Amino acid sequence: MRIVHTNTVKDAVKNLFIEANFDIGESVFKVIQDSIRKEKSQLGQSVLGKIYDNNILAKKERIAICQDTGMSVVFIQIGQDIHFEGDYINDAINQGVREAYEEGYLRKSVVRDPLFERVNTKDNTPAVIHTSIIPGDKIFIEVMPKGFGSENMSTLKMFAPSAGIDGVKQFIIDAIEKAGPNACPPMIVGVGIGGTFEYASYLAKKAVLRGPDHKHPDPRYRELEEEILTKVNKTGIGPAGLGGLTTAFAVNIEVYPTHIASIPVAINISCHASRHASIEI
Amino acid sequence: MEERKIQLPLDEETILSLKAGDSVLLTGTMITGRDAAHQRLFETIQNHQKLPIKLEGEVIYYVGPAPSKPGVPVGSAGPTSSYRMDKVAPILMEHGLKGMIGKGNRSKEVIDSMKKNKCVYFAAIGGLGAMISKSILNSEVLCYEDLGTEAIHRFWVKDFPAIVVIDSEGNNLYEIEQAKFREAE
Ligand code: SF4
Repeated sequence: MRIVHTNTVKDAVKNLFIEANFDIGESVFKVIQDSIRKEKSQLGQSVLGKIYDNNILAKKERIAICQDTGMSVVFIQIGQDIHFEGDYINDAINQGVREAYEEGYLRKSVVRDPLFERVNTKDNTPAVIHTSIIPGDKIFIEVMPKGFGSENMSTLKMFAPSAGIDGVKQFIIDAIEKAGPNACPPMIVGVGIGGTFEYASYLAKKAVLRGPDHKHPDPRYRELEEEILTKVNKTGIGPAGLGGLTTAFAVNIEVYPTHIASIPVAINISCHASRHASIEI
Repeated sequence: MEERKIQLPLDEETILSLKAGDSVLLTGTMITGRDAAHQRLFETIQNHQKLPIKLEGEVIYYVGPAPSKPGVPVGSAGPTSSYRMDKVAPILMEHGLKGMIGKGNRSKEVIDSMKKNKCVYFAAIGGLGAMISKSILNSEVLCYEDLGTEAIHRFWVKDFPAIVVIDSEGNNLYEIEQAKFREAE
């Protein structure tokens, strides 16, 4: 058994949210540069260049990359040999979020009730927390400040098995066409296939977290990711929706076994400001 | 890309000269507002009450800025999606609004109203909040202070980067440019 104080988790969550909002990370910097070389639209190229410069500026001057610093999504994997001392773990995570958004001058974008009143909680809590128990005595935390321009363009559909691969492909393309400029392309498209209604969404979000440079390990899915990405980049939407060949940086698919009656498909879209940060404790 | 320097607020002659595709640098004053502020303006008009701000000749920027660090006027401040303001935008144009800055497509009702009221829609590039904040020299709350980031502010801007995406004749840059790069299957 390993004893960990929840303050350690709180501090980690705080630092991760601040870092994620200021520093887009190497993989996104790289994919933007690659896209500038491939982009045929002059306007599209100039947009990509500005996105790159914006991310440099944010990192250098420690300003939020985008004013929508998101709803705070936290994935925490806890080794089953860990014993926590201190606060309730979710309270510690929320405290970390609270401190990050205050000290980092990040925007508080959460309302207490989704329907009535819609009053801002003023500290960006509560976070959306996904907890899982893993073997061992380590803790792995991954955070994602999720902007809602692209979150609002996300979608889910329960297909009959007869819809097949073609049905799934079309669904993804349609979702991206519909998202267009609202999702601040170039996007990272997370696709969750299988499981149940809610699990497909969870998978889609996990798929976004893979970022632009992690292909699926199964060659069949890797090919499918490539094929769909090529199609997406033929829609013409382009950077900021102003036309071009770079509509998405990546299409990432995550899968899980499912029921004989269904193909659940969830699509979670991330904008070019695809922010995340992680740490092992 | 050649950039046109444009003075705000917009005069009629400038509005008519702005064409979809023009890259512009805006200097002068604009107001801000997004979902919650639009809802309040809408209710005020529905209830035949007096608006807390004047809209005549104004340009509104759909933005909810991040908090400002000490010594700077505003935090990260890029555009939010405009479609969520589509319900209210035509009513605001009837009350004199002359320009909107946001991101993404507009409804047919908005574009019809833009043509009728001679109004222009600019896109700022989404996700450039850090860079755009550098062109905002000053910020002051005009009304709805309780809404925090969603309050209506006045911004003083210098060389604020934007692109005309829908002009006062209804030409739509998104449609024009996307069509050039679309490869039909
Ligand atoms: S979609 Fe992303 S880049 Fe665009 S405004 Fe929202 S958070 Fe920022």
